[in-house]
Amino acid sequence: MINAGVITVSYIIATILFILALGGLSNQETARRGNWYGIIGMTIALIATVLGVVTQHYTILLAALVVGGSIGLLAARRVQMTQMPELVAILHSLVGIAAVAVGYANFMDPTNHLAGIELTIHDIETYIGILIGAVTFSGSVIAFGKLSGRISGKPLTLPGRHWFNLALLIASIWFAYQFVLQSAAGGGMQPLIIMTAIALLFGIHMVMAIGGADMPVVVSMLNSYSGWAAAATGFMLSNDLLIVTGALVGSSGAILSYIMCRAMNRKFFAVIAGGFGTGGGTAAAATDQDGEVVAIEAEETAALLTGAKQVMIIPGYGMAVAQAQHIVNEITKVLRAKGINVRFGIHPVAGRMPGHMNVLLAEAKVPYDIVYEMDEINEDFPNVDVSIVIGANDIVNPSALTDPDGPIGGMPVLECWKGEVSIVLKRSMATGYAGVQNPLFFEENTRMLFGDAKDTLEAVFKAI
Amino acid sequence: MRIGVPRELYTGEKRVATTPEVASQLIKMGFDVAVESNAGAAANFSDATYEAAGCQVATVDEIWSNSDIVLKVRGPDNAEAAGLKADQTLISFLWPAQNPELLQQLSERGVTAMAMDSIPRISRAQKMDALSSMANIAGYRAVVEAAQHFGRFFTGQITAAGKVPPAKVLVIGAGVAGLAAIGAAKSMGAIVRSFDTRPEVKEQIESMNAEFLMLDFEDEDGSGEGGYAKVMSDEFIRAEMALFAEQARDVDIIITTALIPGRPAPRLITAEMVESMKAGSIIVDLAAEQGGNCELTEPEQVVKHHGVTLIGYTDLPSRLAAQSSQLYATNLRHLLTDLTPGKDGQIVVDMEDEVIRGATVCKDGETTWPSPAPKLSAAPPKTEPAPAPVAKEAKRSVAGPIIGMVLAGLALLGLGSVAPASFMQHFTVFVLACFVGYMVIWNVTAALHTPLMSVTNAISSIIIIGALLQISSDNELIMWIAAGTALIASINIAGGFAVTRRMLEMFRR
Repeated sequence: MINAGVITVSYIIATILFILALGGLSNQETARRGNWYGIIGMTIALIATVLGVVTQHYTILLAALVVGGSIGLLAARRVQMTQMPELVAILHSLVGIAAVAVGYANFMDPTNHLAGIELTIHDIETYIGILIGAVTFSGSVIAFGKLSGRISGKPLTLPGRHWFNLALLIASIWFAYQFVLQSAAGGGMQPLIIMTAIALLFGIHMVMAIGGADMPVVVSMLNSYSGWAAAATGFMLSNDLLIVTGALVGSSGAILSYIMCRAMNRKFFAVIAGGFGTGGGTAAAATDQDGEVVAIEAEETAALLTGAKQVMIIPGYGMAVAQAQHIVNEITKVLRAKGINVRFGIHPVAGRMPGHMNVLLAEAKVPYDIVYEMDEINEDFPNVDVSIVIGANDIVNPSALTDPDGPIGGMPVLECWKGEVSIVLKRSMATGYAGVQNPLFFEENTRMLFGDAKDTLEAVFKAI
Repeated sequence: MRIGVPRELYTGEKRVATTPEVASQLIKMGFDVAVESNAGAAANFSDATYEAAGCQVATVDEIWSNSDIVLKVRGPDNAEAAGLKADQTLISFLWPAQNPELLQQLSERGVTAMAMDSIPRISRAQKMDALSSMANIAGYRAVVEAAQHFGRFFTGQITAAGKVPPAKVLVIGAGVAGLAAIGAAKSMGAIVRSFDTRPEVKEQIESMNAEFLMLDFEDEDGSGEGGYAKVMSDEFIRAEMALFAEQARDVDIIITTALIPGRPAPRLITAEMVESMKAGSIIVDLAAEQGGNCELTEPEQVVKHHGVTLIGYTDLPSRLAAQSSQLYATNLRHLLTDLTPGKDGQIVVDMEDEVIRGATVCKDGETTWPSPAPKLSAAPPKTEPAPAPVAKEAKRSVAGPIIGMVLAGLALLGLGSVAPASFMQHFTVFVLACFVGYMVIWNVTAALHTPLMSVTNAISSIIIIGALLQISSDNELIMWIAAGTALIASINIAGGFAVTRRMLEMFRR
């Protein structure tokens, strides 16, 4: 109905809108506008494609869009903010499966008539698109399982798992060669299916080997993969819009992964290779430290808080688990009304997803201008009277700085022990995810408030 | 043997070399003890209490002529020294380095003289380390003197009549006196900071709940022999002075205790720093006798300069006479215990014993000072820190990216040589888009990382275009696959944008 030039122009407009959408997220003021840019861009791209390319089966298409869109909207409305990581993971898996499906459909399309080097390149594009899509799909499904607690968060470390991964990689390269050969002869479906199985297995194994606290890296990495899958599909279909969008998303996810790795002072490959303490036994060796911990009651906590001038709240995954963000906000409001400067210190890898804590605090209506990043407030701790650590462990572990060879050695941490008093809310004395004992608990100026974060904070709130 | 304790003649000296309590213990060790009449009066020990403890109260002449051992606090003056005989033993502070004439005089007279200040600082001798006892008292008293002249509370208070900020105290030099001052000031409620050139005392300072002021300097270890400080390099001193200048403007009270053995006290507080202090501030200079850590200190005087009170008392232990007499007497008793191995009241000056050798400065007409250096140092030698692992990484990071870039360049050239033009066009777009993404994403604030992921997730569902291209296929299978893909992708589009919107709605000031 509309010609190719109009479609191209629409795609260019969509591309620009997508870039503006990502750019809009650079701060909270423009973020909402950014999201609208994204929606408009997507709508333009869809309308242009539907009008310009689709020639029949409108009913089926419309039905698919309506059903899919309704499911999506419903899921987005229903999801709890603490379940955000799971939702993001499962949405990634959808991009993955879509890439696989498009790849297969494209391969089966009898109207493709390519030959020679162009066919080879096209085959490789198809192959890579399906490969990445399949890894994204199975990896995201496992990540979803782990994040939602359906699969244990513990890393699965098979013996010789690195060799296993290598074997899978070599196999998929060999099948790529087979596929190109057979495709030239008119076949190729068999190696493609075998490769898909290998890729699915690889995705499962890769994410299974990664532990709970490394999830921010995994989620952002899968985010990146879903982008690359779209880009590969774009190459396959010679569609620049897909290539550009895929590349944008891919590099976005890659940067997020990098930021997360840097926040944990870990090498990307070390995270992906899975397991923790690959140095061997360091985690166990570090746990022999112990000492006296000083427990505290909710009433005393309340007294400390009301007597303070500067309060720093350090939330961790435990706050998400206990759904304590609302009561935290109530306490924050009361304290702020008393003229106490309450701030939040967020470690980049707190929680299970980049920015997880910020979303939870935003949900509880904590004003975002009192929520700070680690780098912004770490130097202020000597002035802080009371720090409350809610369900966090490794991100406030001083041994990251004092023990460079430990499993978390060199990881930047929130230095709450430099403040006057740190109150640590914790269910028990168990070690954190990294399996490292936390010397913070034994510091003279640390008080432990045991119990479920939500219950204890409610008690604190009453006492205030 | 008979021990004689004369009254201290030095002006203002209130201490006495033994107390009734210690005297009775000496008597148990087999000694006879004679105390000059009124010797302990200034420290509130009356003659009657000495007598009750079994001492004989005697006149000054009887003490000097009849005693085998004379115990004193301060060294003897000329007349006293002249009264000593060859078979007598004198134990007191002597400061042999500062008083060579006295040393000469004593050795000429053949007296056995033991200097309490020359007892080596080894673990075994701690119980007789009178310098530490006196330094402890001086540190405590320094705070008391400061409080006496300071016009405000030490502790912070919120009263009905208004808020009182806590006093800020800077203690320079965290030896025995410094630590005692920290403890006293801290227990009075002040904010205490401390500085020392010896890094190993950081822990001790922090164990007293005071703040250790770090000097941002290549770690130069100021620990000298025997646990004392040593002279530091010029750069270090400059950095140190800058720190003091900065602190002087902030703190209310400075207590300086910096001493380097055998040298004049280092000048740490200049006149300018004093003038920069708030009016009403106090400086207590414990090094006043050795020339003072502060330029303006006058020994034994309290002077006011620019509204700042400078206390240069050199007799702080004497100002706490009962306490210091008791501790000093106990130190003496421990030394005497070591000197009488037979517990029969007969002293044996065993020059093989490291502690006794160190304390003995004159014996048999010869000067035996200085003694050989102690074998053990109080502080363990500093271990070499492990080489920093940073260096290795820095080296690798130079070669890594270059090799990577060369390889990537070669791979691209290889690709370009075989790939058709249409592919290279797409490839150009792809590479440029990666860079645009790279530039844009770095600006995203960390708080919005989750919305970023959900929105990128939504727009990566642009893969639905692939399904749209395929859905009009005549092939049933392809059509249905495409329809399924469109459904899945539309879940993602709607869900991704909607949930992003929901999250962003929550980010409110």
